[in-house]
Amino acid sequence: MRNVEGKFIIEPERYEFSAVPIHQFELARRDFFKILGAGIAVFAIAKDALAMQETAPGPRAFHNEELPKDISAWLHVGEDGSVTGFTGKAEIGQNIRTTLAQTIADELRVPFESVRMVTADTALTPFDAGTFGSRTTPTITPQLRRVAAAARDLLVGVAAKEWNVAPAGLVAADAKVTDPASGRSLKYAELARGKTLAQNLPAEDPITPAMQWTIAGKAIPKVDGKAFVTGRHQYTTDLRPAGMLFGKVLRPPSFGATLTSCDDSAARAMTSVFVVRDGDFVGVAAPSAHEAQRALDAIHAQWKEVPQISSKEIFSYLKQNAAAKSEDRFRKQKGSVEEGLAGAAHRLDATYTVAYIAHAPLEPRAAVAQWADGKLTVWTGTQRPFAVRDELADVFHVPESSVRVIVPDTGSAYGGKHTSDAALESARLSRAAGRPVKVVWTREEEFTWAYFRPAGVIEVKSGIASDGKLTAWDFHNYHSGTSGIDTPYAVENQRTEYHPVPLILRSGSYRGLAATANHFARETHMDALARAANMDPLDFRMKNLSDPRLRAVLETAAKSFGWPRKKTQEGQGFGVACGYEKGSYVATFAEVAVDKTSGAVRIVHMVEAFECGAIVNPDGLRNQVVGAMIQGLGGALFEAIEFENGRIKNPHFASYRVPRFRDVPKIEAILMDRKDIPSAGAGETPIMAVAPAIGNAIFDATGIRLNNLPMVPNGLRSA
Amino acid sequence: MAKPIELEINGKRYPVSYPADTPLLYVLRDELGLTGSKYGCGEGQCGACTVLIGGMPRRSCQIPVSAAAAKPITTIEGLEKDGRLSPVQQAFLDAGAFQCAYCTSGMIMSSVGLLQANPNPSQAEIVQSLQGNVCRCGTHPRIVDAVRQAAKMMQEHGR
Repeated sequence: MRNVEGKFIIEPERYEFSAVPIHQFELARRDFFKILGAGIAVFAIAKDALAMQETAPGPRAFHNEELPKDISAWLHVGEDGSVTGFTGKAEIGQNIRTTLAQTIADELRVPFESVRMVTADTALTPFDAGTFGSRTTPTITPQLRRVAAAARDLLVGVAAKEWNVAPAGLVAADAKVTDPASGRSLKYAELARGKTLAQNLPAEDPITPAMQWTIAGKAIPKVDGKAFVTGRHQYTTDLRPAGMLFGKVLRPPSFGATLTSCDDSAARAMTSVFVVRDGDFVGVAAPSAHEAQRALDAIHAQWKEVPQISSKEIFSYLKQNAAAKSEDRFRKQKGSVEEGLAGAAHRLDATYTVAYIAHAPLEPRAAVAQWADGKLTVWTGTQRPFAVRDELADVFHVPESSVRVIVPDTGSAYGGKHTSDAALESARLSRAAGRPVKVVWTREEEFTWAYFRPAGVIEVKSGIASDGKLTAWDFHNYHSGTSGIDTPYAVENQRTEYHPVPLILRSGSYRGLAATANHFARETHMDALARAANMDPLDFRMKNLSDPRLRAVLETAAKSFGWPRKKTQEGQGFGVACGYEKGSYVATFAEVAVDKTSGAVRIVHMVEAFECGAIVNPDGLRNQVVGAMIQGLGGALFEAIEFENGRIKNPHFASYRVPRFRDVPKIEAILMDRKDIPSAGAGETPIMAVAPAIGNAIFDATGIRLNNLPMVPNGLRSA
Repeated sequence: MAKPIELEINGKRYPVSYPADTPLLYVLRDELGLTGSKYGCGEGQCGACTVLIGGMPRRSCQIPVSAAAAKPITTIEGLEKDGRLSPVQQAFLDAGAFQCAYCTSGMIMSSVGLLQANPNPSQAEIVQSLQGNVCRCGTHPRIVDAVRQAAKMMQEHGR
């Protein structure tokens, strides 16, 4: 097996595990009709990837995002009028199965119910780099609109030919084409019958503006909700192909440990048990999970361990081990920070830290692998099915065309399911056993062998003039990443720098990436500066802020929250934070109550205004925004991975605290619909301002400034 | 090794052949194909595996199959009757009280258990009874709303 624990430098964005996207268009158009039946098909050629990136506002210099450069989406209208949209994106709870179907229905002018989405299946869907970075809505939605518009035009063309009239005068609506001149009409089903019409799409086809949407923009419920409330939906963990065995993998006692000896004779002696040893990989497969566990327990292995640093010393380690000089691309500067600081009326230097945290998706990493005739099929909950396919092909020395990866709608990911681990393990065991094998990680394996949101240290030096205007801003992020590193505030003299550090714990994407860390540092710092200037924290932000969209979310949320508010109780405090990232804007206000005797901190109320351009589905969006706010409470208040000697010390829900019902305050999410602005993604940005808004409210309540995430894992001790 | 045990699940009787100390969850999922109950932690900490045993919500990952044989068991698969969703299922659907929905079965079973014992729970009682169920997507406010709505529906329809 491939060693994925080697010394990598963390990439500043989420693509630390990214593979080169080699487009494999194996599904010939001829085969396409064979699989789906006759009808009309449209294949979208993606616009130039770079051009597409530039449509998103904000700093792009650090992005190394790889977008597909060839076919990016396709759509089929069947002889029965059924419509199928295809995308390589995966449904992981963010509700794209619904929003993408809405988009197609809207543009093709068919009922929502007639559209079905096929997602994340490397044999059926176009190449896709992965479901991350809030990219599905801004990139796939317009592409599906274009294919739907082209399919509509094709259908109009078929009708025009049939009636021998000019297509320009015909109208497509309600799944049929009508000729207003004669009143005659033909259903899409009738027009598609007996055809095998395929078209490659010119990228510039116009699409319907948001103002004219009829199905998109509506709060349509999750498309297959009933399958979930009845327990009928089959996640990867629920699958069981005939003859399937249950697989377990022997884990080392600590990170980086190597196998020195292994006695697996007792396990091999068990009936119906397969034992696989391949380098340091040791795994078993058995007809039931308990037999697999028994076999695993019977293996006696010796490991050579290596000394490692602990969570206690992580932050000083990060500072000491940063590269002496970072690459140019990680450094931005304008004006002179030194002059800005020298001329400041108030100066503030502060250091902020963020701990490693875990995604803890409720469905653990899992995969089912099946080999047949040298071909491998793997069902797995991953955000990157094509990368998983490529890695499987590479590891097992088979062509990519012999590997199919299918992603059943997955029990969440939050950036945590980019890797191929469970897929590789199940495929390795399955190849040895000659039968399908399922591997489901235990919760302890999840908390230990997955990867984490990286820890980080952020140092900020700043200065303001006596009127509260920023004069200097010097911002250094060590290890955690570059997302959201640029300040939205106007300041003449500024320097922003990312300092990479070699990985300590295996680390990668997490909802919002480093934007949460960078916003925590910046927005906490801004609050402290406002206090130094004796200004209201909202007024202080507004004074230094010109971006109209950011000002608008602040104003909207402030109004709803009732800012500025007078304290009416002992221990009450109010805080604000804001920011933008990936084309969407957020402002969060928090009210906290601190019990000064016990140090207990309770979040009483949170108001968040969020704006991501034209809203595709307000119901799904609200779930995403409120969900991000609640998930953000965990990292803000108490989530932290503790480690020592290469071991995770709290790999259980009993010792790693995640937000639960009692932690959830009264929440108000205000969704600002901007139909004049293209839709941006919404999965990440709503989490960014939660921690600093809470920290600033705690300061308001107590006068205690908390610069470390999590802020109150054991309550406010010094209160 | 394995003594025959008979379970009563959703009104049907199932003979099972797993060892007596096997947690009920694995028997439900792996032997009987009732995969609506989910594995989330195997430690009784997340509630994804919640079923009703004798009408009480229980973490099936913590109950040895032998201990579950004495009382009737209800799983998520047993709530829908004649194609009609139970009030709690319907309320979750109406409220859109799920995102990835992996926690949903457990949330619904815990809520059904609560409403059987307490048909008109307060907000605080709902929160208290769901405290052991983890939702990582942050759908908590809608889940609480759904339980309140279900309580209302059940009272109105006398169910």
